[in-house]
Amino acid sequence: MRLLIIEDDRDATEYLVKAFREVGHVADQAADGEEGQALALDGQYDVLIVDRMLPKRDGLSIIATLRANSVETPVLILSALGQVDDRVKGLRSGGDDYLSKPYAFSELLARVEALARRRGSRGEETVYRVADLELNRLSHEVSRAGQELQLQPREFRLLEYLMRHAGQVVTRTMLLENVWDYHFDPQTNVIDVHISRLRSKIDKGFTQPLLHTVRGAGYMIREGAR
Amino acid sequence: MALGKLLRTTAFRLTLVYLALFVLFAASLLAYLALNTRRLITEQITTTIQGEIRGLTEQYDQGGLRRLVTSVELRSRRPGSSLYLVTTPSGEGLAGNVAALQPGALSHSGWLETSYRRFDSPEGVDRSALVEIVQLGGFRLLVGRDLEERERLYGIITNAGRWSFALVVVLGVAGGFFVSRRVLSRIDAMTGTAQTIMAGDLSGRLPVAGTGDELDRLADNVNAMLDRIVALMRGLSEVSDNIAHDLKTPLTRLRNRCEEALRGSSSDMDYRAALESTIEESDELIRTFDALLMIARAESGHARDNMTEFDAAQIVRDVSELYEPLAEEKGLALKVDASMAAPLRGNRELVSQALANLVDNAIKYAAPDAKLNGHPAEILVKAGNAGERITLTVEDRGPGIPEADRGRVVERFVRLEKSRSEPGSGLGLSLVSAVARLHGGELKLEDNHPGLRSVIALPRAGPVGSG
Repeated sequence: MRLLIIEDDRDATEYLVKAFREVGHVADQAADGEEGQALALDGQYDVLIVDRMLPKRDGLSIIATLRANSVETPVLILSALGQVDDRVKGLRSGGDDYLSKPYAFSELLARVEALARRRGSRGEETVYRVADLELNRLSHEVSRAGQELQLQPREFRLLEYLMRHAGQVVTRTMLLENVWDYHFDPQTNVIDVHISRLRSKIDKGFTQPLLHTVRGAGYMIREGAR
Repeated sequence: MALGKLLRTTAFRLTLVYLALFVLFAASLLAYLALNTRRLITEQITTTIQGEIRGLTEQYDQGGLRRLVTSVELRSRRPGSSLYLVTTPSGEGLAGNVAALQPGALSHSGWLETSYRRFDSPEGVDRSALVEIVQLGGFRLLVGRDLEERERLYGIITNAGRWSFALVVVLGVAGGFFVSRRVLSRIDAMTGTAQTIMAGDLSGRLPVAGTGDELDRLADNVNAMLDRIVALMRGLSEVSDNIAHDLKTPLTRLRNRCEEALRGSSSDMDYRAALESTIEESDELIRTFDALLMIARAESGHARDNMTEFDAAQIVRDVSELYEPLAEEKGLALKVDASMAAPLRGNRELVSQALANLVDNAIKYAAPDAKLNGHPAEILVKAGNAGERITLTVEDRGPGIPEADRGRVVERFVRLEKSRSEPGSGLGLSLVSAVARLHGGELKLEDNHPGLRSVIALPRAGPVGSG
């Protein structure tokens, strides 16, 4: 995956470039808004990581210019402004995801990978399949090895989100934002309990577990152990 | 310069403006008076002269020239007499008390202002008079009155005008000086106090003269404002003291852990464990900062931009749904009572978080007791819609909060002794309270006999009775 990081904090950028390289992604960097916009307009990137406050051009106006030039590269906005209203403003102006500083690299990586995958997304498919687990988005039926499973509406949405990102790490905050539409951080890890309930429904009694916990990052649905 | 400062004061400028207006008024009054007096005197003289001429003409008509001359001679000798002159057609004087006239005056007929000299006045002293000259059968008769009286009166009035002008100017300027000096000295006192206050001494107050005038009222208001600022500042510094203290504690812990890892063991496993706990600790710090920022946001009213209308009952259902598995895991039964719609206008996200904090607390503090009793204790989450208020209520059967501490727990970082062992920042209830206030409502903590009942009471959206 090829990324462009537009961010004026050099230390932070160096760290990100290195961290992305370690997991096998290539990241270019731009230290100000103008350079970043030029690169984003003509380079072929999978995801752009854009800081909101930049010298010369601010992040939101770069996104506006890109969208006006029909560059539809997914954009993740990074910002020290982490309040709900800032997030809403960022997403409204064309960003695809929003992450406030300081953040964990695992969180950023999970979100960037989710964005990159969205392009060739399975969003249009009606039936999601992971091994012998099947989820029908129209009839809302879930079955494993041909056996129908009874899920609560929220459990269905949770599983649907996990399966859309099958093989990718999904963090707790991503789940909270996308399944519950909450952007705050609950003090207790309520998501874990929901996951373990879901897990007991889809994995219990089967030899091969599908819903995995990724330590220090989140969860992932995939076939077989890595 | 003191004088320059005095001249620049509003009071002095106002004095000058009023002075100019007053002078203008007085001048026009005096001018009117002078002109009218002059006209009146002239009219009087004219009437007198006309009367005399009428009388003398009658004498002439009855007794001819002789009678006229006798009459003129007689009248001329009276004290304070008018001016008389009878001449032949060629201009030779026959009778009267006028010795000389302005040259050519006699060739005139009708009204005339002229200089003259009486027989009894010394040579060379000419005075002015108003005269009328008429023809009486070829002879000429002149009758006139001296104008000195009129001129003197006119002079008196103009003089009075001049003096009063000078007086008004002097008194006005002096008065202006006096008033502006007085005002200026009070303003100076106020400015002085204001400067010491600006220099950092907030205990100073503006002097109040006790006269109840507008300056006193201003000083009173400014003093009240200062009192309010002092109270706010005190609150603010308490908060920042608390923040500094409560952030220092975890930072110290963080630092100690790193130090310990460096000093002690050297296995990779130990380092890894130390680093992981360091990250956890810093995440906790970040969470605390986020909570502080969110509270500040709610308190400053910024979050008002994102107000929408929504159903509080839906929030109650959603938040309960989010926490229900956690409650069950802790041996608690989470019940929901939100059948009636509860329309609310506000920041949906903040209200959700506030309710989540209350539910989170209820689970956290009621759980140990529930385990002790062995049967699931109940947590009830309700949406109420009563009259003007929408309420979001969380009831638990935990230890509750002693009445004496209920006011205190909503303050930032306040944690009761019993709860110190539980994870948490001490900011949860502060946020709930800030969110309630942002929406024009309040957070009430009550006794649930036993347990705690937390109520977020908010003003309902839309007209009462709808929805």
